[in-house]
Amino acid sequence: MRVIAAMSGGVDSAVAAARAVEAGHHVTGIHLALSRNPASYRSGARGCCTIEDSNDARRAADVIGIPFYVWDLSERFHEDVVEDFMDEYAAGRTPNPCLRCNEKIKFAAVLDRALGLGFDAVATGHYARLHTGPDGLVEMHRAVDHGKDQSYVLGVLDQQQLRHSLFPLGDSTKADVRREAAERGLLVADKPDSHDICFVADGDNAGWLREKLGDRAPNHGGAIVDESGEVVGEHTGTYGFTIGQRKGLRLGRPAADGKPRFVLDIEPVSGTVTVGPRERLAVHRLRGIRPRWCGTVPGRLEGTVQLRAHGEELPARVDVGEDGVEIELLEPAYGIAPGQAAVVYDGTRVVGSATIAAAERVPA
Amino acid sequence: MTSPTVYLDHAATTPMVPAAVEAMTAHLLQVGNPSSLHASGRHARRVVEESRETIAQALNCRPGEIVFTSGGTEADNLAVKGMFWSRRAEDPRRTRVLTTAVEHHAVLDPVRWLGESEGADVELLPVDDRARLDVEALRAAVERDPAGVALISVMWANNEVGTLQPIDEVVALAAEHGIPVHTDAVQAVGHVPVDFATSGVDALTLTGHKLGGPYGVGALVVGREISVRPLVHGGGQERDIRSGTLDTPAIAGFAAAVELAVKQQAEHAARVGALRDDLVRRVIDAVPDAHLHGAQLDSGQARRLPGNAHLGFPGCEGDSLLMLLDARGIECSTGSACSAGVPQPSHVLLAMGCTAEAARHSLRFSLGHTTTQAEVDAVVEAIGPVVERARAARR
Ligand SMILES: Cc1ncc(COP(=O)(O)O)c(C=O)c1O
Repeated sequence: MRVIAAMSGGVDSAVAAARAVEAGHHVTGIHLALSRNPASYRSGARGCCTIEDSNDARRAADVIGIPFYVWDLSERFHEDVVEDFMDEYAAGRTPNPCLRCNEKIKFAAVLDRALGLGFDAVATGHYARLHTGPDGLVEMHRAVDHGKDQSYVLGVLDQQQLRHSLFPLGDSTKADVRREAAERGLLVADKPDSHDICFVADGDNAGWLREKLGDRAPNHGGAIVDESGEVVGEHTGTYGFTIGQRKGLRLGRPAADGKPRFVLDIEPVSGTVTVGPRERLAVHRLRGIRPRWCGTVPGRLEGTVQLRAHGEELPARVDVGEDGVEIELLEPAYGIAPGQAAVVYDGTRVVGSATIAAAERVPA
Repeated sequence: MTSPTVYLDHAATTPMVPAAVEAMTAHLLQVGNPSSLHASGRHARRVVEESRETIAQALNCRPGEIVFTSGGTEADNLAVKGMFWSRRAEDPRRTRVLTTAVEHHAVLDPVRWLGESEGADVELLPVDDRARLDVEALRAAVERDPAGVALISVMWANNEVGTLQPIDEVVALAAEHGIPVHTDAVQAVGHVPVDFATSGVDALTLTGHKLGGPYGVGALVVGREISVRPLVHGGGQERDIRSGTLDTPAIAGFAAAVELAVKQQAEHAARVGALRDDLVRRVIDAVPDAHLHGAQLDSGQARRLPGNAHLGFPGCEGDSLLMLLDARGIECSTGSACSAGVPQPSHVLLAMGCTAEAARHSLRFSLGHTTTQAEVDAVVEAIGPVVERARAARR
């Protein structure tokens, strides 16, 4: 096959590209330029947008012995990922830009361009496994290395996208991948993993949003109230909060019961943030919109759901209806925010995903 | 996969000619610092000085006017900054630097730096849709305050679209006001006639690796009467304008290449120009909406470098074309500078009035001394399907 290897400049995608070559494919490496002006999104810190990463990717491609190009997807990335990220936070929701990037950029814009140019597939360094099931459909499963498993952020891929995807690392552990990188002479072998959102410097979401949202922010301050409506503090913009958040609330007085308080609700229009005890975060039912299915659309399913990257797996009953997905959680989940993705699993197999529109709390 | 590489990126760098390889390797194993007084030093100095004389003869300048540098970029920096500093030191009113919007970054960036850090008043003069300097705009700019102009820098030939600039008109205009002129002739020497003394320019940049010589060596030709403040301080080896132990083997190879390139210039231009014309015509036959950027083929030899074919392919990304051709062993360039790893639309095309969109659909084929008819045929054969593919990838 003719394969495009998306190379971030990190160890995983470098090894993935090398393995694709070894599997006998004709591989061309590309690095995605996601910012026209790399310093504008993020500088200094680890990320996918720095010149250093681009150079590391190029060097890795040279070592592997494949052609390498930089593809400028900065406009698409800005429109489809960064703008969406800002809109979602402005609306009081908590988006996951990595899923969005996989859905709209890596396995859409990049894949389309690759197919147009005569390639057959896109290979990435994601940890997930693909194999063809008995019905001929490509199934995606959790990676062997559960600690590194990235099937959650790939839960937005449909069958068409999966058919043209390669994840050469799904059967390996991270430790093996690092060792292999060193053996192959890839100097990125000991490069630290990236964790934060690639375009937000130093993980400072609130600071980044404050600067970028500017006038688009629904508010730049308001009250923090408890469940009785009593004002217990103030804030500098609802977009700085996520449901379930505990740190950084800067509440003047401790709660009467002395227990920590968490963000229960975000109301961008009135600019109100409501806080309360952890029990009040318990959610037992979710409604999901914009479902994306990896294969056949399930009707009703008893399986598990994962509600955030590296989050735990919760047993659930999933009902797929006309206008969305109903998810009944058999154990309560805490800190579930609209905008996050619920990824549905059947054992290790990814069934699909939906964006959480509403989370129903356990009645008080 | 098995066919030989079709190298059509001679404007980026061109293979060394055997005469240059011979001259260079002949000195690689010989010890001797040309500044030393003993026999080995004297021998090295003799090689350097003979090389200087060879180049002087080829370019019609005096040997003492040649300052060896590490290449075109250093020579451009030396000219722009060095002449600015010394002209302003002579008269503090001289803060203006006039250049074109289509210069190579080796000129543009030092000029901008002078503006940002040294208080220079920089003006980038407009060009027409063929990238040719608007001489009337230059005249107007000069006449606004001639006494304030420290220098004018206008490239001899554009590296992206191959347009030749009206250097004689620039020189005539500058002479009326006693303003020195620098020209970046990196792409010109060996490809079109370049005669330093007759041209009337005060400083001229050339580099080895664009004319069959080695990398990392070049020269600034500076008229004797022109004073240039040094950029690199040290032993003062080159007229006190440039310091650093001279690279004898590289200079010997450089001189051999300049001598040969200038001697064969007319023949080279005729042969390469005919291949280029053939390439352009047949590519446009294969892709009817493709078009040539820069001076048109029928505008004659005085308008365009013989080896340059800069083509626009509407509906394609130049990046995609480059990649698809590369996969077929055909090597060319998009001409767009890579700033911070992100391909930016070319400042040259933008200055010519292209939209950012049109600037992105461009490809530069540059032909040189090793180019064959078979290479041209290979491009003509590949271009149709490649453009079709690139269009499909765009949607
Ligand atoms: C017009 C022009 N000026 C200057 C340079 C820089 O020369 P060098 O590569 O020798 O530093 C180049 C080469 O890219 C060029 O084309």
